[in-house]
Amino acid sequence: MTARPGHLHAEALFDADEARRLRARRVEAVARWLLPVAVVMLTVVAWDAFSASDEVRERIFPRPLTVWDQFVEDRALLFDSLMVTLRITVLALGISVVGGVLLAILFTQSRFAELVFFPYAVVLQVTPIVSIAPLIFIYVQDPLARVLICAWIVAFFPILSNTTLGLKSTDPNLRDLFTIYRATAWQRLVHLQLPSALPYFLGGLRIAGGLALIGAIVAEYVAGISGSGSGLAFRILEASYRYNYPRMFAALILIAVVGVVIFATTTLLSWWLLRRWHDSAVRRE
Amino acid sequence: MTAPAPRPIAPPGQRARLLELQGVTKVFGGEVTALSGLSLRVDEGDFLSLLGPSGCGKSTALRLIAGLTAPTRGRILWEGGQAGGDLSVVFQEPTLMPWATVEANVFLPFRLRGERLAEARPRIAEVLALVGLEGFARAYPRELSGGMRMRVSIARAIATNPRLILMDEPFAALDEITRQRLNDDLLALKARIGCTVIFVTHSVFESVFLSDRIVVMAPRPGRVVEEVAVDAPYPRDMAFRTSAAYAARTQVASTALLAAMGQAA
Repeated sequence: MTARPGHLHAEALFDADEARRLRARRVEAVARWLLPVAVVMLTVVAWDAFSASDEVRERIFPRPLTVWDQFVEDRALLFDSLMVTLRITVLALGISVVGGVLLAILFTQSRFAELVFFPYAVVLQVTPIVSIAPLIFIYVQDPLARVLICAWIVAFFPILSNTTLGLKSTDPNLRDLFTIYRATAWQRLVHLQLPSALPYFLGGLRIAGGLALIGAIVAEYVAGISGSGSGLAFRILEASYRYNYPRMFAALILIAVVGVVIFATTTLLSWWLLRRWHDSAVRRE
Repeated sequence: MTAPAPRPIAPPGQRARLLELQGVTKVFGGEVTALSGLSLRVDEGDFLSLLGPSGCGKSTALRLIAGLTAPTRGRILWEGGQAGGDLSVVFQEPTLMPWATVEANVFLPFRLRGERLAEARPRIAEVLALVGLEGFARAYPRELSGGMRMRVSIARAIATNPRLILMDEPFAALDEITRQRLNDDLLALKARIGCTVIFVTHSVFESVFLSDRIVVMAPRPGRVVEEVAVDAPYPRDMAFRTSAAYAARTQVASTALLAAMGQAA
Protein backbone atom coordinates (compact mmCIF):
# COMPACT_ATOMS: atom_id res chain seq x y z
CA MET A 1 0.00 0.00 0.00
CA THR A 2 2.88 2.34 0.69
CA ALA A 3 3.97 2.05 -2.91
CA ARG A 4 0.72 3.45 -4.21
CA PRO A 5 1.01 7.16 -3.46
CA GLY A 6 4.51 7.08 -4.90
CA HIS A 7 3.19 5.46 -8.05
CA LEU A 8 0.48 8.08 -8.41
CA HIS A 9 3.01 10.79 -7.83
CA ALA A 10 5.18 9.43 -10.65
CA GLU A 11 2.16 9.44 -12.94
CA ALA A 12 1.34 13.05 -12.12
CA LEU A 13 4.93 14.04 -12.79
CA PHE A 14 4.85 12.32 -16.16
CA ASP A 15 1.63 14.12 -17.08
CA ALA A 16 3.04 17.51 -16.15
CA ASP A 17 6.10 16.78 -18.24
CA GLU A 18 3.94 15.68 -21.18
CA ALA A 19 1.80 18.79 -20.90
CA ARG A 20 4.86 21.01 -20.81
CA ARG A 21 6.27 19.37 -23.91
CA LEU A 22 2.95 19.73 -25.73
CA ARG A 23 2.76 23.41 -24.80
CA ALA A 24 6.34 23.98 -25.96
CA ARG A 25 5.53 22.36 -29.29
CA ARG A 26 2.45 24.53 -29.78
CA VAL A 27 4.40 27.69 -28.91
CA GLU A 28 7.14 26.74 -31.35
CA ALA A 29 4.66 26.13 -34.18
CA VAL A 30 3.39 29.71 -33.87
CA ALA A 31 6.75 31.30 -33.05
CA ARG A 32 8.39 29.78 -36.10
CA TRP A 33 6.40 32.12 -38.34
CA LEU A 34 5.52 34.92 -36.00
CA LEU A 35 9.06 35.70 -34.79
CA PRO A 36 10.72 36.27 -38.18
CA VAL A 37 7.76 38.36 -39.37
CA ALA A 38 7.87 40.43 -36.19
CA VAL A 39 11.62 40.95 -36.53
CA VAL A 40 11.27 42.12 -40.13
CA MET A 41 8.46 44.50 -39.23
CA LEU A 42 10.43 45.88 -36.31
CA THR A 43 13.45 46.42 -38.57
CA VAL A 44 11.34 48.31 -41.11
CA VAL A 45 9.82 50.50 -38.40
CA ALA A 46 13.28 51.25 -36.93
CA TRP A 47 14.64 51.97 -40.41
CA ASP A 48 11.77 54.37 -41.05
CA ALA A 49 12.23 56.14 -37.74
CA PHE A 50 15.96 56.45 -38.31
CA SER A 51 15.77 57.95 -41.80
CA ALA A 52 12.78 60.18 -41.01
CA SER A 53 14.56 61.76 -38.04
CA ASP A 54 16.78 63.96 -40.22
CA GLU A 55 16.03 65.64 -43.53
CA VAL A 56 19.53 65.26 -45.01
CA ARG A 57 19.74 61.69 -43.87
CA GLU A 58 16.41 60.93 -45.44
CA ARG A 59 17.77 61.93 -48.84
CA ILE A 60 20.68 59.45 -48.84
CA PHE A 61 18.96 56.87 -46.64
CA PRO A 62 15.41 56.75 -48.04
CA ARG A 63 12.41 55.70 -45.99
CA PRO A 64 10.91 52.25 -46.69
CA LEU A 65 7.81 53.68 -48.34
CA THR A 66 9.93 55.83 -50.68
CA VAL A 67 11.83 52.71 -51.71
CA TRP A 68 8.56 50.90 -52.25
CA ASP A 69 7.17 53.73 -54.42
CA GLN A 70 10.39 53.72 -56.46
CA PHE A 71 10.14 49.98 -56.81
CA VAL A 72 6.59 50.21 -58.13
CA GLU A 73 7.57 53.02 -60.50
CA ASP A 74 10.65 51.14 -61.82
CA ARG A 75 9.05 47.73 -61.81
CA ALA A 76 9.39 47.12 -65.56
CA LEU A 77 13.02 48.21 -65.57
CA LEU A 78 13.89 46.26 -62.42
CA PHE A 79 12.06 43.20 -63.63
CA ASP A 80 14.11 43.18 -66.84
CA SER A 81 17.31 43.51 -64.80
CA LEU A 82 16.15 40.80 -62.43
CA MET A 83 15.68 38.48 -65.40
CA VAL A 84 19.20 39.23 -66.67
CA THR A 85 20.80 38.51 -63.29
CA LEU A 86 18.60 35.48 -62.68
CA ARG A 87 19.41 34.04 -66.09
CA ILE A 88 23.15 34.34 -65.51
CA THR A 89 22.87 32.90 -62.00
CA VAL A 90 20.79 29.92 -63.06
CA LEU A 91 22.96 29.26 -66.14
CA ALA A 92 26.16 29.47 -64.07
CA LEU A 93 24.70 27.16 -61.45
CA GLY A 94 23.64 24.71 -64.16
CA ILE A 95 27.10 24.67 -65.74
CA SER A 96 28.64 24.32 -62.26
CA VAL A 97 26.47 21.33 -61.51
CA VAL A 98 27.27 19.59 -64.80
CA GLY A 99 30.96 20.54 -64.77
CA GLY A 100 31.45 19.92 -61.05
CA VAL A 101 29.79 16.52 -61.08
CA LEU A 102 31.56 15.38 -64.26
CA LEU A 103 34.94 16.50 -62.90
CA ALA A 104 34.21 14.76 -59.59
CA ILE A 105 33.39 11.54 -61.45
CA LEU A 106 36.60 11.89 -63.46
CA PHE A 107 38.60 12.45 -60.24
CA THR A 108 37.21 9.35 -58.57
CA GLN A 109 37.62 7.15 -61.64
CA SER A 110 41.18 8.21 -62.28
CA ARG A 111 43.64 9.07 -59.54
CA PHE A 112 45.90 10.45 -62.27
CA ALA A 113 43.28 12.93 -63.45
CA GLU A 114 42.78 14.09 -59.89
CA LEU A 115 46.52 14.67 -59.39
CA VAL A 116 46.72 16.64 -62.64
CA PHE A 117 43.60 18.79 -62.42
CA PHE A 118 42.90 19.28 -58.74
CA PRO A 119 45.58 22.00 -58.26
CA TYR A 120 43.91 24.09 -60.98
CA ALA A 121 40.54 23.73 -59.29
CA VAL A 122 42.05 24.89 -55.99
CA VAL A 123 43.87 27.83 -57.59
CA LEU A 124 40.65 28.95 -59.31
CA GLN A 125 38.84 28.68 -56.01
CA VAL A 126 41.30 30.55 -53.78
CA THR A 127 41.98 33.42 -56.19
CA PRO A 128 39.43 36.18 -55.55
CA ILE A 129 37.12 36.54 -58.52
CA VAL A 130 37.46 40.34 -58.56
CA SER A 131 41.13 39.91 -59.41
CA ILE A 132 40.53 37.44 -62.25
CA ALA A 133 37.46 39.11 -63.72
CA PRO A 134 39.25 42.08 -65.39
CA LEU A 135 41.43 39.65 -67.35
CA ILE A 136 38.44 37.61 -68.40
CA PHE A 137 36.79 40.78 -69.62
CA ILE A 138 39.84 41.52 -71.76
CA TYR A 139 40.07 38.07 -73.32
CA VAL A 140 36.41 37.13 -73.68
CA GLN A 141 34.36 39.34 -75.95
CA ASP A 142 30.94 37.75 -75.71
CA PRO A 143 29.01 39.73 -73.06
CA LEU A 144 27.07 36.75 -71.76
CA ALA A 145 30.02 34.35 -71.79
CA ARG A 146 32.33 36.62 -69.79
CA VAL A 147 29.83 37.11 -66.96
CA LEU A 148 28.95 33.44 -67.05
CA ILE A 149 32.60 32.41 -66.71
CA CYS A 150 33.01 34.59 -63.62
CA ALA A 151 29.91 33.17 -61.96
CA TRP A 152 30.96 29.65 -62.84
CA ILE A 153 34.45 30.01 -61.37
CA VAL A 154 32.94 31.05 -58.05
CA ALA A 155 30.18 28.46 -57.97
CA PHE A 156 31.62 25.20 -59.25
CA PHE A 157 34.15 24.43 -56.51
CA PRO A 158 31.79 23.46 -53.66
CA ILE A 159 29.99 21.12 -56.05
CA LEU A 160 33.25 19.57 -57.22
CA SER A 161 34.76 19.08 -53.76
CA ASN A 162 31.55 17.90 -52.09
CA THR A 163 30.67 15.47 -54.87
CA THR A 164 34.23 14.10 -54.94
CA LEU A 165 34.02 13.51 -51.19
CA GLY A 166 30.62 11.86 -51.59
CA LEU A 167 31.72 9.56 -54.40
CA LYS A 168 34.55 8.35 -52.18
CA SER A 169 32.34 7.90 -49.11
CA THR A 170 30.74 4.61 -50.05
CA ASP A 171 30.16 1.90 -47.45
CA PRO A 172 33.19 -0.46 -47.69
CA ASN A 173 30.95 -3.50 -47.16
CA LEU A 174 28.73 -2.42 -50.04
CA ARG A 175 31.86 -1.99 -52.14
CA ASP A 176 32.83 -5.59 -51.29
CA LEU A 177 29.33 -6.74 -52.15
CA PHE A 178 29.57 -5.08 -55.57
CA THR A 179 32.92 -6.81 -56.08
CA ILE A 180 31.46 -10.20 -55.16
CA TYR A 181 28.60 -9.68 -57.59
CA ARG A 182 31.17 -8.67 -60.23
CA ALA A 183 29.76 -5.21 -60.88
CA THR A 184 31.29 -3.23 -63.73
CA ALA A 185 32.83 0.19 -63.07
CA TRP A 186 29.76 1.76 -64.64
CA GLN A 187 27.33 -0.22 -62.44
CA ARG A 188 29.38 0.69 -59.40
CA LEU A 189 29.20 4.38 -60.33
CA VAL A 190 25.48 4.45 -61.10
CA HIS A 191 24.14 2.16 -58.38
CA LEU A 192 26.60 2.78 -55.56
CA GLN A 193 28.74 5.90 -55.84
CA LEU A 194 26.26 8.41 -57.25
CA PRO A 195 23.50 7.61 -54.72
CA SER A 196 26.08 7.71 -51.90
CA ALA A 197 27.25 11.12 -53.13
CA LEU A 198 23.76 12.63 -53.41
CA PRO A 199 23.57 14.13 -49.88
CA TYR A 200 27.08 15.59 -50.26
CA PHE A 201 26.26 16.98 -53.70
CA LEU A 202 23.10 18.64 -52.39
CA GLY A 203 25.11 20.25 -49.59
CA GLY A 204 27.46 21.63 -52.25
CA LEU A 205 24.51 22.80 -54.35
CA ARG A 206 23.15 24.92 -51.49
CA ILE A 207 26.48 26.71 -51.18
CA ALA A 208 26.96 26.99 -54.95
CA GLY A 209 23.49 28.54 -55.41
CA GLY A 210 24.43 31.52 -53.28
CA LEU A 211 27.90 31.74 -54.82
CA ALA A 212 26.53 31.75 -58.39
CA LEU A 213 24.52 34.85 -57.52
CA ILE A 214 27.58 36.49 -55.94
CA GLY A 215 29.64 35.61 -59.03
CA ALA A 216 27.02 37.10 -61.35
CA ILE A 217 26.81 40.33 -59.31
CA VAL A 218 30.60 40.70 -59.02
CA ALA A 219 31.01 40.18 -62.77
CA GLU A 220 28.48 42.94 -63.44
CA TYR A 221 30.31 45.28 -61.11
CA VAL A 222 33.61 44.59 -62.81
CA ALA A 223 31.99 45.21 -66.19
CA GLY A 224 30.78 48.45 -64.64
CA ILE A 225 28.72 51.13 -66.27
CA SER A 226 30.68 50.62 -69.48
CA GLY A 227 29.56 47.00 -69.65
CA SER A 228 26.82 45.88 -71.94
CA GLY A 229 24.96 44.24 -69.06
CA SER A 230 21.79 45.50 -67.54
CA GLY A 231 21.42 43.26 -64.52
CA LEU A 232 20.58 44.26 -60.98
CA ALA A 233 24.18 45.12 -60.07
CA PHE A 234 24.38 47.33 -63.14
CA ARG A 235 21.18 49.08 -61.94
CA ILE A 236 22.73 49.75 -58.54
CA LEU A 237 25.85 51.25 -60.12
CA GLU A 238 23.84 53.32 -62.56
CA ALA A 239 21.48 54.53 -59.82
CA SER A 240 24.41 55.54 -57.64
CA TYR A 241 25.83 57.74 -60.41
CA ARG A 242 22.41 59.39 -60.66
CA TYR A 243 22.06 59.76 -56.87
CA ASN A 244 18.89 57.70 -57.14
CA TYR A 245 19.15 56.11 -53.69
CA PRO A 246 15.63 54.66 -53.54
CA ARG A 247 16.35 52.69 -56.71
CA MET A 248 19.65 51.43 -55.27
CA PHE A 249 17.74 50.12 -52.28
CA ALA A 250 15.02 48.59 -54.44
CA ALA A 251 17.59 46.73 -56.55
CA LEU A 252 19.54 45.68 -53.46
CA ILE A 253 16.45 44.24 -51.79
CA LEU A 254 15.61 42.41 -55.00
CA ILE A 255 19.08 40.81 -55.02
CA ALA A 256 18.62 39.71 -51.41
CA VAL A 257 15.23 38.22 -52.28
CA VAL A 258 16.79 36.29 -55.19
CA GLY A 259 19.44 34.91 -52.81
CA VAL A 260 16.81 33.81 -50.31
CA VAL A 261 14.70 32.19 -53.04
CA ILE A 262 17.73 30.27 -54.37
CA PHE A 263 18.58 29.07 -50.87
CA ALA A 264 14.98 28.05 -50.17
CA THR A 265 14.70 26.21 -53.50
CA THR A 266 17.91 24.22 -53.05
CA THR A 267 17.02 23.44 -49.42
CA LEU A 268 13.58 22.22 -50.47
CA LEU A 269 15.06 20.15 -53.30
CA SER A 270 17.55 18.59 -50.88
CA TRP A 271 14.82 17.75 -48.38
CA TRP A 272 12.59 16.30 -51.08
CA LEU A 273 15.28 14.06 -52.57
CA LEU A 274 16.48 12.76 -49.21
CA ARG A 275 13.22 12.63 -47.27
CA ARG A 276 12.83 8.86 -47.39
CA TRP A 277 16.28 7.73 -46.39
CA HIS A 278 18.81 10.30 -45.21
CA ASP A 279 19.24 11.33 -41.57
CA SER A 280 19.42 15.00 -42.52
CA ALA A 281 15.89 14.99 -43.91
CA VAL A 282 14.01 12.43 -41.83
CA ARG A 283 12.34 13.67 -38.69
CA ARG A 284 12.84 11.56 -35.59
CA GLU A 285 9.62 10.09 -34.24
CA MET B 1 11.19 -16.82 -62.58
CA THR B 2 10.05 -19.69 -60.40
CA ALA B 3 11.45 -21.10 -57.19
CA PRO B 4 14.41 -23.38 -57.87
CA ALA B 5 14.13 -26.90 -56.48
CA PRO B 6 16.17 -27.43 -53.30
CA ARG B 7 19.45 -29.23 -53.78
CA PRO B 8 19.47 -32.54 -51.88
CA ILE B 9 21.89 -32.62 -48.93
CA ALA B 10 23.83 -35.84 -48.50
CA PRO B 11 24.56 -37.11 -44.98
CA PRO B 12 28.00 -36.09 -43.62
CA GLY B 13 30.73 -38.38 -44.90
CA GLN B 14 29.04 -38.86 -48.28
CA ARG B 15 29.24 -35.26 -49.43
CA ALA B 16 31.02 -34.12 -52.55
CA ARG B 17 33.84 -31.61 -52.21
CA LEU B 18 32.86 -27.98 -52.93
CA LEU B 19 36.12 -26.23 -52.26
CA GLU B 20 39.40 -26.80 -50.54
CA LEU B 21 41.91 -24.41 -49.00
CA GLN B 22 45.43 -25.80 -49.19
CA GLY B 23 48.03 -24.27 -46.89
CA VAL B 24 46.56 -20.81 -47.27
CA THR B 25 48.61 -18.06 -45.65
CA LYS B 26 47.70 -14.39 -45.66
CA VAL B 27 50.25 -11.77 -44.66
CA PHE B 28 49.18 -8.12 -44.50
CA GLY B 29 51.72 -5.41 -45.23
CA GLY B 30 54.55 -7.91 -45.28
CA GLU B 31 54.53 -8.35 -41.50
CA VAL B 32 51.15 -9.20 -39.94
CA THR B 33 50.31 -12.87 -40.49
CA ALA B 34 46.52 -12.94 -40.34
CA LEU B 35 46.27 -16.56 -41.37
CA SER B 36 48.93 -19.23 -41.30
CA GLY B 37 48.79 -22.42 -43.36
CA LEU B 38 45.03 -22.92 -43.32
CA SER B 39 43.97 -26.21 -44.88
CA LEU B 40 40.27 -26.85 -44.97
CA ARG B 41 37.92 -28.87 -47.10
CA VAL B 42 34.35 -27.68 -47.43
CA ASP B 43 31.78 -30.12 -48.75
CA GLU B 44 28.52 -29.55 -50.59
CA GLY B 45 25.78 -29.08 -47.97
CA ASP B 46 28.05 -28.39 -45.00
CA PHE B 47 27.09 -25.93 -42.31
CA LEU B 48 30.60 -25.06 -41.26
CA SER B 49 31.38 -22.58 -38.50
CA LEU B 50 34.69 -20.84 -38.07
CA LEU B 51 34.86 -20.25 -34.32
CA GLY B 52 37.52 -18.22 -32.58
CA PRO B 53 38.47 -15.05 -30.73
CA SER B 54 39.09 -11.80 -32.61
CA GLY B 55 42.33 -11.79 -34.57
CA CYS B 56 42.24 -15.51 -35.34
CA GLY B 57 41.85 -14.84 -39.07
CA LYS B 58 38.32 -16.20 -39.44
CA SER B 59 37.09 -13.13 -41.28
CA THR B 60 40.24 -13.15 -43.41
CA ALA B 61 39.49 -16.76 -44.36
CA LEU B 62 36.01 -15.69 -45.43
CA ARG B 63 37.36 -12.78 -47.51
CA LEU B 64 39.80 -15.15 -49.20
CA ILE B 65 37.02 -17.58 -50.09
CA ALA B 66 34.86 -14.70 -51.32
CA GLY B 67 37.70 -13.66 -53.62
CA LEU B 68 37.94 -10.20 -52.03
CA THR B 69 41.61 -10.74 -51.34
CA ALA B 70 44.23 -13.17 -52.64
CA PRO B 71 46.27 -15.58 -50.54
CA THR B 72 49.95 -14.75 -49.96
CA ARG B 73 50.80 -18.45 -50.13
CA GLY B 74 48.77 -21.59 -50.75
CA ARG B 75 45.73 -21.95 -52.96
CA ILE B 76 41.98 -22.33 -52.98
CA LEU B 77 40.57 -25.07 -55.20
CA TRP B 78 36.99 -24.94 -56.42
CA GLU B 79 35.06 -27.95 -57.61
CA GLY B 80 33.90 -27.15 -61.12
CA GLY B 81 35.59 -23.76 -61.32
CA GLN B 82 35.41 -20.70 -59.13
CA ALA B 83 32.02 -20.23 -57.54
CA GLY B 84 31.96 -16.53 -58.44
CA GLY B 85 28.39 -15.57 -59.21
CA ASP B 86 27.26 -18.66 -57.34
CA LEU B 87 28.27 -17.24 -53.99
CA SER B 88 26.86 -14.60 -51.71
CA VAL B 89 27.88 -12.92 -48.50
CA VAL B 90 26.09 -11.66 -45.39
CA PHE B 91 28.15 -9.19 -43.38
CA GLN B 92 27.94 -8.29 -39.71
CA GLU B 93 26.12 -5.09 -40.68
CA PRO B 94 23.04 -5.53 -42.87
CA THR B 95 24.94 -3.61 -45.60
CA LEU B 96 21.82 -2.33 -47.34
CA MET B 97 21.67 0.64 -49.66
CA PRO B 98 19.85 3.24 -47.51
CA TRP B 99 18.50 5.06 -50.57
CA ALA B 100 16.79 1.97 -51.96
CA THR B 101 13.63 0.18 -50.88
CA VAL B 102 13.73 -3.36 -49.49
CA GLU B 103 12.72 -4.66 -52.91
CA ALA B 104 15.43 -2.69 -54.71
CA ASN B 105 18.01 -3.94 -52.22
CA VAL B 106 17.09 -7.58 -52.81
CA PHE B 107 17.03 -6.83 -56.55
CA LEU B 108 20.69 -5.72 -56.48
CA PRO B 109 22.34 -9.05 -57.43
CA PHE B 110 19.85 -9.46 -60.29
CA ARG B 111 20.37 -5.89 -61.46
CA LEU B 112 24.15 -6.38 -61.51
CA ARG B 113 23.61 -9.43 -63.70
CA GLY B 114 21.62 -7.28 -66.10
CA GLU B 115 18.16 -8.60 -65.27
CA ARG B 116 15.00 -6.48 -65.25
CA LEU B 117 13.01 -5.79 -62.12
CA ALA B 118 9.82 -7.10 -63.70
CA GLU B 119 11.46 -10.50 -64.28
CA ALA B 120 12.98 -10.75 -60.83
CA ARG B 121 9.96 -9.43 -58.92
CA PRO B 122 8.22 -12.79 -58.30
CA ARG B 123 11.43 -14.27 -56.94
CA ILE B 124 12.03 -11.19 -54.75
CA ALA B 125 8.50 -11.45 -53.33
CA GLU B 126 9.14 -15.13 -52.68
CA VAL B 127 12.38 -14.68 -50.74
CA LEU B 128 10.93 -11.77 -48.78
CA ALA B 129 8.12 -14.11 -47.75
CA LEU B 130 10.69 -16.77 -46.85
CA VAL B 131 12.44 -14.43 -44.41
CA GLY B 132 9.11 -13.21 -43.03
CA LEU B 133 9.03 -9.78 -44.64
CA GLU B 134 5.87 -9.90 -46.75
CA GLY B 135 4.45 -6.45 -47.18
CA PHE B 136 7.76 -4.68 -46.59
CA ALA B 137 8.91 -4.48 -50.23
CA ARG B 138 8.27 -0.72 -50.41
CA ALA B 139 9.82 0.09 -47.01
CA TYR B 140 13.20 1.77 -46.65
CA PRO B 141 15.92 0.19 -44.49
CA ARG B 142 15.79 2.97 -41.91
CA GLU B 143 12.14 2.18 -41.25
CA LEU B 144 13.03 -1.37 -40.17
CA SER B 145 14.44 -2.79 -36.93
CA GLY B 146 17.95 -4.26 -36.78
CA GLY B 147 16.64 -7.81 -37.00
CA MET B 148 14.45 -6.98 -39.99
CA ARG B 149 17.34 -5.31 -41.78
CA MET B 150 19.38 -8.46 -41.29
CA ARG B 151 16.48 -10.44 -42.76
CA VAL B 152 16.59 -8.24 -45.86
CA SER B 153 20.32 -8.91 -46.07
CA ILE B 154 19.69 -12.67 -45.86
CA ALA B 155 16.89 -12.42 -48.45
CA ARG B 156 19.32 -10.71 -50.83
CA ALA B 157 21.91 -13.43 -50.21
CA ILE B 158 19.55 -16.33 -50.92
CA ALA B 159 17.61 -14.65 -53.74
CA THR B 160 20.02 -15.82 -56.44
CA ASN B 161 19.95 -19.37 -55.05
CA PRO B 162 23.73 -19.55 -54.50
CA ARG B 163 25.59 -22.80 -53.86
CA LEU B 164 27.59 -21.17 -51.09
CA ILE B 165 26.67 -18.49 -48.57
CA LEU B 166 29.39 -16.83 -46.50
CA MET B 167 28.27 -15.23 -43.26
CA ASP B 168 30.58 -13.00 -41.24
CA GLU B 169 29.20 -12.77 -37.67
CA PRO B 170 25.81 -11.74 -39.08
CA PHE B 171 23.92 -11.78 -35.79
CA ALA B 172 26.64 -10.44 -33.47
CA ALA B 173 25.03 -7.01 -33.16
CA LEU B 174 21.52 -8.30 -32.42
CA ASP B 175 19.84 -8.98 -29.09
CA GLU B 176 19.69 -12.56 -27.84
CA ILE B 177 16.00 -13.14 -28.61
CA THR B 178 16.29 -11.84 -32.18
CA ARG B 179 19.47 -13.82 -32.63
CA GLN B 180 17.83 -17.12 -31.60
CA ARG B 181 14.89 -16.53 -33.93
CA LEU B 182 17.22 -15.75 -36.81
CA ASN B 183 19.28 -18.88 -36.01
CA ASP B 184 16.10 -20.99 -36.24
CA ASP B 185 15.07 -19.28 -39.48
CA LEU B 186 18.53 -19.63 -40.98
CA LEU B 187 18.51 -23.41 -40.48
CA ALA B 188 15.06 -23.63 -42.06
CA LEU B 189 16.20 -21.56 -45.04
CA LYS B 190 19.34 -23.62 -45.53
CA ALA B 191 17.33 -26.85 -45.54
CA ARG B 192 14.93 -25.31 -48.03
CA ILE B 193 17.60 -24.14 -50.46
CA GLY B 194 20.11 -26.92 -49.88
CA CYS B 195 23.12 -24.65 -49.97
CA THR B 196 26.46 -24.73 -48.21
CA VAL B 197 27.09 -22.21 -45.42
CA ILE B 198 30.38 -21.00 -43.96
CA PHE B 199 29.56 -19.09 -40.81
CA VAL B 200 32.02 -16.97 -38.87
CA THR B 201 31.20 -16.46 -35.19
CA HIS B 202 32.76 -16.00 -31.77
CA SER B 203 29.79 -17.58 -30.02
CA VAL B 204 30.19 -21.22 -28.97
CA PHE B 205 26.45 -21.64 -28.45
CA GLU B 206 25.54 -20.25 -31.84
CA SER B 207 28.11 -22.40 -33.64
CA VAL B 208 26.99 -25.61 -31.91
CA PHE B 209 23.32 -24.93 -32.56
CA LEU B 210 23.82 -24.16 -36.24
CA SER B 211 26.66 -26.23 -37.61
CA ASP B 212 27.52 -29.79 -38.36
CA ARG B 213 31.20 -28.89 -38.35
CA ILE B 214 32.98 -26.37 -36.13
CA VAL B 215 36.51 -25.33 -36.99
CA VAL B 216 38.12 -23.77 -33.90
CA MET B 217 40.79 -21.20 -34.66
CA ALA B 218 43.50 -19.49 -32.61
CA PRO B 219 45.02 -16.04 -33.03
CA ARG B 220 48.52 -14.66 -33.66
CA PRO B 221 49.03 -16.14 -36.14
CA GLY B 222 45.54 -17.20 -37.18
CA ARG B 223 45.37 -20.97 -37.55
CA VAL B 224 43.12 -24.00 -37.07
CA VAL B 225 43.55 -25.81 -33.78
CA GLU B 226 40.71 -28.29 -33.75
CA GLU B 227 37.65 -29.46 -35.60
CA VAL B 228 34.53 -30.41 -33.66
CA ALA B 229 31.79 -32.41 -35.36
CA VAL B 230 28.21 -31.78 -34.22
CA ASP B 231 26.45 -34.92 -35.34
CA ALA B 232 22.96 -34.09 -34.08
CA PRO B 233 20.45 -34.40 -36.94
CA TYR B 234 18.55 -31.50 -38.51
CA PRO B 235 15.99 -30.03 -38.11
CA ARG B 236 17.14 -28.66 -34.79
CA ASP B 237 14.79 -26.73 -32.55
CA MET B 238 14.28 -25.53 -28.98
CA ALA B 239 14.48 -29.14 -27.77
CA PHE B 240 18.00 -29.41 -29.16
CA ARG B 241 19.04 -26.26 -27.28
CA THR B 242 18.20 -27.96 -23.99
CA SER B 243 19.41 -31.47 -24.89
CA ALA B 244 22.35 -33.32 -23.34
CA ALA B 245 23.94 -33.69 -26.80
CA TYR B 246 23.92 -29.89 -27.20
CA ALA B 247 25.47 -29.41 -23.75
CA ALA B 248 28.15 -32.01 -24.47
CA ARG B 249 29.13 -30.47 -27.82
CA THR B 250 29.16 -27.00 -26.26
CA GLN B 251 31.52 -28.34 -23.62
CA VAL B 252 33.89 -29.75 -26.24
CA ALA B 253 33.85 -26.57 -28.34
CA SER B 254 34.34 -24.35 -25.28
CA THR B 255 37.30 -26.39 -24.13
CA ALA B 256 38.85 -26.24 -27.58
CA LEU B 257 38.29 -22.49 -27.73
CA LEU B 258 39.80 -21.95 -24.28
CA ALA B 259 42.80 -24.06 -25.26
CA ALA B 260 43.16 -22.00 -28.45
CA MET B 261 43.18 -18.76 -26.48
CA GLY B 262 45.54 -20.25 -23.90
CA GLN B 263 48.03 -21.07 -26.64
CA ALA B 264 47.90 -17.52 -27.85
CA ALA B 265 48.49 -15.97 -24.44
